[in-house]
Amino acid sequence: MQTLIEQYQTAIRAAAESKTPLRIRGGGTKDFYGNPAGEQNSTLLDMSDYNGIVDYEPTELVITARAGTRLADLEAELDRHGQMLAFEPPHFGAAATLGGCVATGLSGPRRVAAGSVRDFVLGVRMLDGKGEDLRFGGQVMKNVAGYDVSRLMTGALGTLGVLLEVSLKVLPKPAIETTLCMAMHEAAAIEKMNQWAGKPLPVSATCFTEGQLFVRLSGAESAVRAARAKLGGEEVKDDAVFWRSVREHTHDFFQPDQRLWRLSVKSTAPSLHLPGKQLLEWNGALRWLCATGGDDAEVIRRAAQEAGGHATLFRGDAMRTAVFHPLPSALMKIHRALKEKFDPAGIFNPDRLYPGI
Amino acid sequence: MSAQELVNQMRSFLPPDAVLHETEDLKPYECDGLSAYRQLPMIVVLPQTEEQIVKVLQLCYATQTPVVARGAGTGLSGGALPHAQGVLLSLAKLKQIIAIDPLARTARVQPGVRNLAISEAAAPFGLYYAPDPSSQIACSIGGNVAENSGGVHCLKYGLTVHNILKLRVLTIEGECLEIGGDSLDSAGYDLLALMTGSEGMLGIVTEITVKLIPKPEKAQLVMAAFDDVQKAGSAVANVIGAGIIPAGMEMMDKITIHAVEEFLHAGYDLNAEAILLCESDGSVEEVADEIQRINAIMQQSGAINISTSHNEAERLKFWAGRKAAFPAAGRVSPDYYCMDGTIPRKRLADVLRGIEELSQEYGLRCMNVFHAGDGNLHPLILYDANKPGELERTEEFGGKILEMCIHAGGTITGEHGVGMEKINQMCSQFGSGELTMFHAVKAAFDPAGLLNPGKAVPELHRCAELGAMHVHRGEQKFADLPRF
Repeated sequence: MQTLIEQYQTAIRAAAESKTPLRIRGGGTKDFYGNPAGEQNSTLLDMSDYNGIVDYEPTELVITARAGTRLADLEAELDRHGQMLAFEPPHFGAAATLGGCVATGLSGPRRVAAGSVRDFVLGVRMLDGKGEDLRFGGQVMKNVAGYDVSRLMTGALGTLGVLLEVSLKVLPKPAIETTLCMAMHEAAAIEKMNQWAGKPLPVSATCFTEGQLFVRLSGAESAVRAARAKLGGEEVKDDAVFWRSVREHTHDFFQPDQRLWRLSVKSTAPSLHLPGKQLLEWNGALRWLCATGGDDAEVIRRAAQEAGGHATLFRGDAMRTAVFHPLPSALMKIHRALKEKFDPAGIFNPDRLYPGI
Repeated sequence: MSAQELVNQMRSFLPPDAVLHETEDLKPYECDGLSAYRQLPMIVVLPQTEEQIVKVLQLCYATQTPVVARGAGTGLSGGALPHAQGVLLSLAKLKQIIAIDPLARTARVQPGVRNLAISEAAAPFGLYYAPDPSSQIACSIGGNVAENSGGVHCLKYGLTVHNILKLRVLTIEGECLEIGGDSLDSAGYDLLALMTGSEGMLGIVTEITVKLIPKPEKAQLVMAAFDDVQKAGSAVANVIGAGIIPAGMEMMDKITIHAVEEFLHAGYDLNAEAILLCESDGSVEEVADEIQRINAIMQQSGAINISTSHNEAERLKFWAGRKAAFPAAGRVSPDYYCMDGTIPRKRLADVLRGIEELSQEYGLRCMNVFHAGDGNLHPLILYDANKPGELERTEEFGGKILEMCIHAGGTITGEHGVGMEKINQMCSQFGSGELTMFHAVKAAFDPAGLLNPGKAVPELHRCAELGAMHVHRGEQKFADLPRF
C-alpha cells in the first residue's frame, strides 16, 4: 500500500509541475455530481486500488478504512457486528467508495436524526497539493487539537486534497425499525414532521411524496411500539426497500431524464411553489425538485435562499447552469485562499465545485 | 500606535466605560480559567453591538494591533490570555437571546449568552441545548464555539460542532461572513466545522444559531462497582458492544472514590477499584428497557455491587460524587494538576497502569476520572507546590501522561483546547507538515496574524514539553464552578 501512496505522490508532483489537472476518482458512481471538468487534458487519479479496512474495533465505535474501500464492503463488515454508518449514505452504484462518500459529503434519510457524514468523520489521512502525507483528527470521539481539517475535507469534492484514509464514528443498528404512512397535504406534513421532531420520539427518517407522509421509527421494541401508538397511520410493508429507493434515487419520483434539483432549506419553510414535482425528506429540510422542462435556475435559487438555504443542480445538464449555489464574495475569498493553501498549483478536480477552485 | 492614542480612537465610537486601560481595570482580564498564565492587555474593549465590533476590528487591522477575544473567561487552556501589545475584545456584553423558534427547534443568540441560559429559555417549549460543559452555568456560547466544548453527554448528543447551524463571523478586516445556514448544510466548504474549535484564531463570532432538541422524558442511572479496573473497562466495552449508547458513562478509580466519598458520602463502595456510572435517557419505555439491559451487562461483567437510581434525588446523589472529583482533589492535596487527554477506550487499562507506574516513579499520587464513553481521561496529579521541585516533577509527569495518550492512539486535548497551555505538546502530536497546514489555514482568514497570535498552533521552531491546569491551594479561578 505504501508503494501506491508513493505512486500517488509522484503523480501529484508531476501534475503540479506540469499544471495538469488530476481527476480524483474512486468507483466513479458520483461522476455526475458537480460541475463538468473545465479542462479536457486532465489525468485520472484512480483510488480504487487503495482499499481495505485498516482498523475496526466494534466496541470503540470507530472504523478506519482506505478511501478506495467499497462502501458496500464497509457496511457489510459493520453489519456483521450489528453496527452501521448512521448517516445512511447513498451509494448510487455498487462501486461506490468511502472516499467518494466523504468527498461528496452526501447523507441519506437517517441524517435527520443521526447527523450527516461530516458529523461522523473523526480523522483523515490525505495528500495535499505538494504530495505531503498528512494526518488530521484521529480515531477518538473527542479531539480539539488543531483546526478541524478532517471535516473541512468532507464535501470538498476532492478540491483540497486526495483522501487516503478516513476514520468514522459508527453506531449500533437499532433493535427494530418500522415505517408508518399517512395521507395529508404538504403543509400539514411539514408542520407534523417538525412538531414530532420537538418531542422525544424515535423518528429516524421522514419522507413526503404524492400526498403521503412516511415516518420511520427506530429503536428498542417497547419505544417503537409506544411511538407507533402515538403517531397512528398505516404500517408500510417492506419499508427497507422504500427507504433504499429514496436514498438511491430509484423511487419512481426520480426520473433519470429530468433535471433534479436538491434544495436544502429551513425545515419549517412553507411549501415552495416551483414548476415540477417535489419529494421532501429530513422533516422538510431537504426538498428534491424534479423539474419539468425550462426550469429557471435563478427562480429556484432565489426560492431556496428565501427559505433559508441553497439549491444544487443535483443531476442534469450542467453545461448551462452552475451546479452549486453561488457564494457571497466574502466567502468566496476564503474559499480561494484555502484552495491556494492546500492545492497551490490548482490541480485537484479544478472547477468541479466552483470556477477557479 | 500608543495605548493612549488607541484608547482615544476607540472612544470615538465606544462609550467611555467600554474602553479600559488603567491597570486596576485591566487586572480582572489578565487570565482566564487557567490562572497560572497571566498577562495584562494593553487595553480592554467591551462593545455592545456588532457595528461597534466591526469598528474595533477595522481600527486594529489598520494599526496592526493584535486582538484576543474573550467570552466568560472560564476556559482552561489560556485561550483568552491577553496579548501585552494587544486589545482584549470582551464579548460579554453581547448577551441577548435574539429569537427562539420552537417549531424549527433553533435559537439565535449572541456570543455572550451563557450556555445554560439557552436551555433555560428553551425549557418552556420542552427543548434544550445539548452540549453541557461542566462550567455551563457561567461559560458563554461564543467560548463554546471557540473551544468546541463537550460535556458528559457528548457520546450520545455530540459536541458543539454537532449542535450549531449558523454563525455570523467578522474577519479581522471587519468583513461579515455568514457561515452555515438555517438549512442542515450549506454550499461550499464546511467552514462551520473549521470555525468551531478554532480558538479565536480565524474570526470573531457575533451571532450563533444553535440546534435545540427535545428534553428526554426520563433519565435513570446505574452505578456499578468493580474490584478490578480492567473489568470496569470491559464493562464499558460490553455495554457499547450490546448496542447501547448511554447518555453518559463515567468512571472513577479507587483513589478518587475514596477522596469523594470521604467528602460527600455519595454511597460509593469503598472496596471498589473502579466505579462506573451509566446513565440512560429517552422515553419512559426506552429507559426501562435500557436500564434492565445495562444492569444485566454489569452483572455479567463481574460488578461486585450494582445500584440503580429509583428517583431523581437518588440519580443526582450518585452523580454528585463524580461531579465533586475536582474539589475533592483540592481537599486531599494542597495542589493538583489536571490533564485532558483522550485515548481509545480499549487502551484504558494500559494507560492507567502506565500512570500508576509513573506515579510511583515520581512519588506523586494521581486520581483518575474518565468520560468512559468517549475515552476522555482527566488525570489529576496531586502535589504540593511548596515542596521544592515538586511542581517541576509534576509537570514532567503530566507531560509523560500526554505522550502516553498520543502513543495509545489518542490526543493531548479532548475538550479543554490547546490555547497557551498545551502548545508545546502540539509538536508531539503533529508533524511539521500538519503544523504548516494549520498556519496556512489561519493565514487564509487572517494573513497578518492579528487574531489571538501565539496560541493553539506552535511555531515550528518551538518544541518542548509542558502541560495542563495548575491549581494552587484551591485558588482556582472560578473555584465555585463545577469542574468534571
